[in-house]
Amino acid sequence: MGWALLFIAPATIGLVALYLWPFLSTFVKSFQDVPAFGPATYTGLDNYVELVGDGEVWKAFGNSALYTVLVLLGIPLAVVLAALIEQVSRGRSVYRVLFFLPVVTLPVAVGMVWRFIYNGDFGLLNYVLSWFGIDGHYWVADPRFTIYAFAAVGIWMGLGINLIILGAGLQAIPKAVYEASALDGAGRVRQFFHITVPLLSPSIFFVTILTVIAALQMFDLIFIMLRSVNNTALADSKTIVYLFYEKAFVQFQQGYGAAVAIVLLIVIMIATALQFRLQRSWVFYG
Amino acid sequence: MGERRTWPIHLLLIAASVIMVVPFAWQILTVFKTTPEVARIPPTVLPQEFSLHAFETFFSTVPFWSMFAVSTGSLVLRVVGQVAVAALAGYAFARLPFPGRNLLFGLFVAMLMVPSQLFLIGQYGLIRDFGLLDTLPALAIPGMFSAFGTFLMRQAFMNMPADFEEAARLDGANPFQVFWYVMLPMAKPTLAALTVLTGLYSWNDLLWPLIVSPSGENRPLPVGLAGLQGQFGTDYPTLMAGALVCSIPLVLVFLLLQRQFFRGIASSGLKG
Repeated sequence: MGWALLFIAPATIGLVALYLWPFLSTFVKSFQDVPAFGPATYTGLDNYVELVGDGEVWKAFGNSALYTVLVLLGIPLAVVLAALIEQVSRGRSVYRVLFFLPVVTLPVAVGMVWRFIYNGDFGLLNYVLSWFGIDGHYWVADPRFTIYAFAAVGIWMGLGINLIILGAGLQAIPKAVYEASALDGAGRVRQFFHITVPLLSPSIFFVTILTVIAALQMFDLIFIMLRSVNNTALADSKTIVYLFYEKAFVQFQQGYGAAVAIVLLIVIMIATALQFRLQRSWVFYG
Repeated sequence: MGERRTWPIHLLLIAASVIMVVPFAWQILTVFKTTPEVARIPPTVLPQEFSLHAFETFFSTVPFWSMFAVSTGSLVLRVVGQVAVAALAGYAFARLPFPGRNLLFGLFVAMLMVPSQLFLIGQYGLIRDFGLLDTLPALAIPGMFSAFGTFLMRQAFMNMPADFEEAARLDGANPFQVFWYVMLPMAKPTLAALTVLTGLYSWNDLLWPLIVSPSGENRPLPVGLAGLQGQFGTDYPTLMAGALVCSIPLVLVFLLLQRQFFRGIASSGLKG
């Protein structure tokens, strides 16, 4: 009993001081006006009322929702690629390493490289598109495209992680299932839809949950591709976590920032609960 | 499956790999170009005149080695701290009964589900009130305590057979000795996975270092690179050189420790 306390004490002290207490203080501050200097005052639901009437907040949630939906398109892509990698014996580890490179590259560096590729005047993307007679655009600076351009990078960055998790799921599928269906004359495409996808669905579900949570928290790309270079498209392209950062740590309106964070928590909880609801209709636990 | 041809599959995978690699290749080609050459339309693929100017500009304007030291130092502090704290707590949750254990573990799991932004305002307040802004410990301290790490270590210890533990106990070892000499060595794969995951997260993190390094002193690499981009907005060779130099250390570590990285990701799924 005494020993257990010694083992558990450091983690518990850290949990309470650095997580539980900050969480409660964010909750309390969301009901306060917290000036940068001087004491905070309780303002009841004012922050939340202001938030509901704030066009910028709605815009940010809209951007985050759009980004999340777009990044989800990367999951079918990851499932197909994971299945393809599983089919080959030679070169498998080379493919894994190549797909994983963006994961171990600084996200800030990734944002810098893609900002250059997306450059409207002399970027690589517009050049490649010109081979096919497609008009170029200012992919980052034109707010019509910004979120789409970011989502493409988000998919590219997240693929490596999804492939590893899905690959582990694929290896758990017994080979005998494939052999039996091959004897029945099932081709690869049929096997993919009738064996791989259903048997892999728990892993696909897990990856979906992680992807949605991460996408709703997108911050780095916005900061590096727009804010650090004072791109005017920032005004139309803020995500919810970027808006939280700006309110709480640039403008130091910590009460309002706290309210934004609480709403983010509620949105993530609803999104996750919804997915657990929906999984009953598509996730197959054999 | 033996008689099936695999070359169409390789063709598809190679096409996808090209998309993964082209941005890096373009970055590396750009590094050796001059700034005017980069602005040419249509772009040149290979550098017309080979230039190392970008590296010179980068190293003469950015304190790379101090940023590298800050990134590395905070990573070591955070990883060592988190692995130690999480291993101890995980062992207690798995093996040492005490009153309120399930309740406390439930609290850890609850914190696991809360997005990190909910803690930032309070964590910032603590760091500021302790006078730690712009210091190396500020970067590492919150990350030294992790509900996720505790959860992962608990899983590892729960899956171990009790026999060795009992044998050691009968030989008169106290709980810490059992933990240190018997159980911890068996948990090595999980310790490696947790190390790699925490290290990756620490190295890549931008938001927390931005918040606790207001003056720009003791900046880790991501914050410094973001500053470089603000300073040299369109000098793409310099920007690409900075992005390359700052990314290479972790890429090298990954190439050496691929198995640990993949295992770490597979055991958890690191996101956000």
